[in-house]
Amino acid sequence: MKLKLILVALVIAVSSCGGNDKKEVKKEAPVKEVVKEVVKETAKVNPMDDKGVGPITNITLGDIDESLVAKGKEIFKAKCTACHKIKKRYIGPALKGVTQRQSPEWIMNMILNPEKMIVENKTAKELLKEFSAPMANQHLTQDEARAVLEYFRTKN
Amino acid sequence: MKSIFAFLTVAVFLVSCNPAPTSSKSSKGALTGNAAEKVYVAPGQYDEFYAFISGGFSGQLAVYGLPSGRLFRVIPVFSQDPEKGYGYNEETKPMLNTSHGFVPWGDSHHPDISQTNGELDGRWVFINENNTPRIARISLETFETEEIIEIPNSAGNHSSSFVTENSEYVVAGTRFGVPIPQRDMPISEYKGNFKASLSFIKINQESGNMNIAFQLRMPGFDYDLSHPGRGKSHGWFFFSMYNTEEAHSLLEVNASQNDKDFIAAVNWKKIEEYIKAGKGHKEKVKYAHNTWNDDTHTATSKMENEVLVVNPQDVPGAIYFLPTPKSPHGCDVDPTGEYIIGNGKLAAAMTVHSFTKMQKAIADKAFDGDKYGIPIIKFEAVNYGTLEQPGLGPLHTEFDTRGNAYTTFFISSEVVKWNVKDLKVIDRHPVYYSVGHLMIPGGNSRKPFDKYLVAMNKITKDRYLPTGPEVCQSAQLFDISGDKMELLLDFPTIGEPHYAAGIPAKMIMDKSQKIYKLEDNKHPDAVKTEADTKVVRKGNEVHIYMSMIRSHFSPDNIEGVKVGDKVFFHVTNLEQDYDVPHGFAMIGAQTAEMLIMPGRTATSVWEPKEVGVWPFYCTDFCSALHQEMQGYVRVSAKGAKTPIKYTLDDEVPGEEEE
Repeated sequence: MKLKLILVALVIAVSSCGGNDKKEVKKEAPVKEVVKEVVKETAKVNPMDDKGVGPITNITLGDIDESLVAKGKEIFKAKCTACHKIKKRYIGPALKGVTQRQSPEWIMNMILNPEKMIVENKTAKELLKEFSAPMANQHLTQDEARAVLEYFRTKN
Repeated sequence: MKSIFAFLTVAVFLVSCNPAPTSSKSSKGALTGNAAEKVYVAPGQYDEFYAFISGGFSGQLAVYGLPSGRLFRVIPVFSQDPEKGYGYNEETKPMLNTSHGFVPWGDSHHPDISQTNGELDGRWVFINENNTPRIARISLETFETEEIIEIPNSAGNHSSSFVTENSEYVVAGTRFGVPIPQRDMPISEYKGNFKASLSFIKINQESGNMNIAFQLRMPGFDYDLSHPGRGKSHGWFFFSMYNTEEAHSLLEVNASQNDKDFIAAVNWKKIEEYIKAGKGHKEKVKYAHNTWNDDTHTATSKMENEVLVVNPQDVPGAIYFLPTPKSPHGCDVDPTGEYIIGNGKLAAAMTVHSFTKMQKAIADKAFDGDKYGIPIIKFEAVNYGTLEQPGLGPLHTEFDTRGNAYTTFFISSEVVKWNVKDLKVIDRHPVYYSVGHLMIPGGNSRKPFDKYLVAMNKITKDRYLPTGPEVCQSAQLFDISGDKMELLLDFPTIGEPHYAAGIPAKMIMDKSQKIYKLEDNKHPDAVKTEADTKVVRKGNEVHIYMSMIRSHFSPDNIEGVKVGDKVFFHVTNLEQDYDVPHGFAMIGAQTAEMLIMPGRTATSVWEPKEVGVWPFYCTDFCSALHQEMQGYVRVSAKGAKTPIKYTLDDEVPGEEEE
């Protein structure tokens, strides 16, 4: 913390020379935010309430949509099976029962926003520790990720 | 002592908060106080311009940022590139096919960016190959070579590859007169018997594909450079030439005899009309036409066998010679299209021709005889004026939007700024040393982006830390926004930086390709999932259909390969994320590694010569587990009974319980 402050001070000192870089000084001082997040993460969260970090904030699930399941299965096969199996641990975790372990929002955010999830989300961070290989971003659209989620719902 | 002082000045500036506007001109290149600021692109920030600088005898095209001079990428074009597998893997080998067979290298020269309405449009960059005459087209979305067309009936394709103002044509020339068609004859009979071709290559506006529309069969002079007319002179193309003496030996002396050589003015629109009316004749030739298909990720090479040849006497009124002193190198057309500048490299003056005067001279038939039937316009009838004694050894001129020209002088090592209309020198600045071409982004167009000028130097001598007998080639960046040119930066370049083309970054950066979509991959040997990966034996060929993703290959254990087999690794990168290429390297492979972009498929051939268990691995650091991205091929003796077997984690890849 002290070190960071010194760094920030240095940055301010350096960039204040020109006197026209106020914006940059702001950018360089995210110390407060970092502290906040640490506090947030230490609190216990029910994984089914943890929506993760990313574009998906709220998903309402209805009855299983079979045509969406079929679409999701195809996408899963094409984009995910290089690292995931359903019943067996592979590069990443086995996905059987994943919709009972994690919220639908968390699952979709993990698909859509893995780079941030493994840095900012506690569960994702723990998974990275366990599996070593960071989840690859396969650039699915939100609709595609939703279809994959529907497929996972049939694998419980 | 002087240089120490200059260094101190710079050092003081760096630590002081408020630099005094110093202009300490030193022998090292007159850096003013704020030069460092002007080229400083802060970490994480982007450059303002792309500069595509010819890789010269490396055969490639290098991509730099301006004003920083940072090298971003070397695009393989005419030479094999083991770093990327270009010209080594099965998909790209056809790109380097020619009528002489596979030619693994080239001498690239003059890049030029496609235009619409006389302005840069950022679709493609073209570049010519001098040695085995070719032109390449490079996509400015993928930054990859998409097409290479060989130019028949030519040798030394130097006066190339410049485009017309709507990219109707890209042109090729002939620097070395040759017998056409090639035949066994005495070299001493050059004069009158050796010929040259000026080729007009039509560009398809949708696909960019090139096709030779026609070739002008010209006298055997040495065609050096060329530039298109624009605006009022659109429809014309101008080619400079030397060796109008038609010497065949000791050209250094024998091709420097005539007081005036020529610039050829070619009215290609008129020739189009003649061709429509049936002029010209087809000739049997042989040349390679290589195209890259971005759907199949594969190049094909087709041998073409016919070209339309137009003789000057077939097209009266379409070709004229403009007398221009002393072996002109550049013939450069200003942004208005009115002035055609002859850079007579052995002359004491710059020659400025006028397009308006040229038209009048043609109407008045103000000719001074002809050469091989091509009318020579009277010098006075076409000449606007001359700029006397501007420097020694003028080579090439580009322009700003304010009526000024910037000319390089090879012998006196300087760039001279002068006003085209007034024919007066405004400023001059030394360069270090022996400058060839210069480039202003958009310099060959109606609309130059006249903030920077890049001088490309042939000799650097004392400018950089020595690196043995061969020292780097170099470019120098100038700020030309003010009245005086200001030298900002030296930066090294690859090969010989003959010429360059620059464009504002914002015109192309947003359309840069990021990945290839797996679903669009039409490569016949692609695998779309690990379940598709397999190993198939066909006689003594073994085809390994392999996938790669962070951070494993599938399959990664392969058995049943035998000494004497020809092993094809068809490798697909299953990643769909930006900037995650994987490499593929096989021990003892006599091809190269392959660098495979996300969603792409490429094929490497390996012919194992010894029994053993041989590893392969990923060369491009792809993840924290990159070091684990590896596998083995078991090679058995010729005639062994080892069956084909391929696994990943001891299972057949992609086997999934359902």
